[in-house]
Amino acid sequence: MARRPILGVFDSANSAADAGDGLRRAGIPETDVDFLTDTPYPEGAFGEREEPHRLYIFPFIGALLGLTSGILLTSMTQVAYPMVTGGKPILSIPPMAVVCYEGTMLGAILFTVLGIIFESRLPKLKAGLYDTRITEGYIGVLVNTEETQHGDVEAAFGQAGAVDIKRE
Amino acid sequence: MQEGRVLSTREINRDLLRSILDTPRWFWPVVTVLGLILLVAAIAIGIMVNRGLGVTGLNRPVAWGFFITNFVFWIGISHAGVMLSAILRLAKAEWRRPATRAAEVLTLFSLMTAMIMPIVHTGRPWRILYWVFPYDFARGIWPNIRTPLVWDPSAILTYLTSSTLFVIIALVPDFAVLRDHTTGIAHRVYSVLAMGWEGNARQWKLQIVAGVLLSALILPVFVSVHSIVSWDFGMAAAVKSWHSTVFAPYFVVGAVHSGVSAVAFALILLRWCYGWQDYIRHEHIDALGRLLIVVATGWFYFLVMEILFGMYGREADELMVRQTQFTYWPYNFWFILFVITTYFIPVALWLSRAWRRNLWIMSIACISVNVGMWLERFLIIVPGLINKQLFTFVWADYRPSIFEYIIIGSTFALVTLLMLLFSRVFPLVPLYDVKEGDVLRTQVQIGRRTVPATFRED
Repeated sequence: MARRPILGVFDSANSAADAGDGLRRAGIPETDVDFLTDTPYPEGAFGEREEPHRLYIFPFIGALLGLTSGILLTSMTQVAYPMVTGGKPILSIPPMAVVCYEGTMLGAILFTVLGIIFESRLPKLKAGLYDTRITEGYIGVLVNTEETQHGDVEAAFGQAGAVDIKRE
Repeated sequence: MQEGRVLSTREINRDLLRSILDTPRWFWPVVTVLGLILLVAAIAIGIMVNRGLGVTGLNRPVAWGFFITNFVFWIGISHAGVMLSAILRLAKAEWRRPATRAAEVLTLFSLMTAMIMPIVHTGRPWRILYWVFPYDFARGIWPNIRTPLVWDPSAILTYLTSSTLFVIIALVPDFAVLRDHTTGIAHRVYSVLAMGWEGNARQWKLQIVAGVLLSALILPVFVSVHSIVSWDFGMAAAVKSWHSTVFAPYFVVGAVHSGVSAVAFALILLRWCYGWQDYIRHEHIDALGRLLIVVATGWFYFLVMEILFGMYGREADELMVRQTQFTYWPYNFWFILFVITTYFIPVALWLSRAWRRNLWIMSIACISVNVGMWLERFLIIVPGLINKQLFTFVWADYRPSIFEYIIIGSTFALVTLLMLLFSRVFPLVPLYDVKEGDVLRTQVQIGRRTVPATFRED
């Protein structure tokens, strides 16, 4: 049986949370339910599952790559044209540290941004079931489940006071 | 710090998207005037490039004049944005919400403007690539990483890239709002920019974590940028008065001082232009005023230290520069004006709660700081160079030409124009941040008083 999305639109956080409770009672797995809002609500406000992520790894990888690039760039450019100035060593550490530092930070930030996009599952190329009222303050409860369970989902939405129910 | 009324999402969307969905009557005339100023500046730059730097007042020994002064000034302004946004975000300061985006965007545009200055200053802009781009364009000669000429671009480009990404990531949820409120080409463009954002719990969690993580990563970059700008001076071996050990923190604190003042003034202007009285409230300007008292006093401490360290060394070159700053006309006048406008006038105004909440007085105080901070950079650069020092074989004063005045004046028009154009296509107050503030807002009954409060999630 095909899995299809169904979206309930609610006008308050409490009714959306009630819908979440109703879905749990109807045996809909938490992984099949998403709460769509136009502002960040405190985590767990709708009784939703905790979202694990690995974003913290990204800046470390980026910093390492940035530092390596900085060291390679600064050392190789100096070795490529080895001109002694002021009796100082060819590989002069203090100026290398400046460029390496900036390289490290740039790498960390670039990878963090990539990590945010990747972990947020963006870009989402195919538009899913959605309602533009969500950005007007309504809350969408999106359930992606077997079509046989759509009756239970609609019942849960209806009991919680859904303003609208949409199918694909 | 919760003085405004609670607004519905519909009201927030309507008010904050007004600058994008409706064009105010003053918009195009102002853009035209600013565009004309930039056109005049472009002609001035064209003539300067064609005839050479001889058309400016730059000459030996004053090789750095208005252009480098303006470069340091705009780098300083750029420090406010991300610093304000990042520190307040990390500190979870509730009043940050309407101020962050405008501050971050001011960072971007002032950094871009700052970058133009050294390029113009070279007189041969096309040669910049040979000096700083990490590629051996000719004869196997790579940029010399031992010079601040390379450190500066590496720091500024890192800061610019980071700040741009910081702004874009925070804009994604607002792109989705715009996607849902537009039609036609605009809808298609905002749909692409929103990348399919739907506002599920995972995306919001990542957005919040990203704000904190990027803030923590950008703060060290922000400190490094103005430190490196100060080392541009420190590395100039011949000018003795530029070697103070407090230069880096002095520059950083000075940058924060001028930058935060600029942000406060920009917020007042935005409130006035777009009628955002419910969002940029007196309490926000008041809070910025209080923050500025601390920053200004910190900066004043470094100023005194910088002068004291220089004087106690009893080096002839250093004393000569101080003598120029304190006793020679017109530098003595500029110096007095600089100290009064940067510290004594604004701090005296900010000490009064009523004056901090008076937008006219706050505007005067913030403009005063920036007039003073521009003079500060001028007084570091020019008196340092006009004095006879090691390897100075020509001794002359510096008189900026009309070309320098035009180009410097146009940078203010450029930043204003870029901010206005940005506000036409993207919201300058973060919608989701303001909405989150309203979601978390509550009232607490303490005895017989009802106190406005905010829930905070740790």
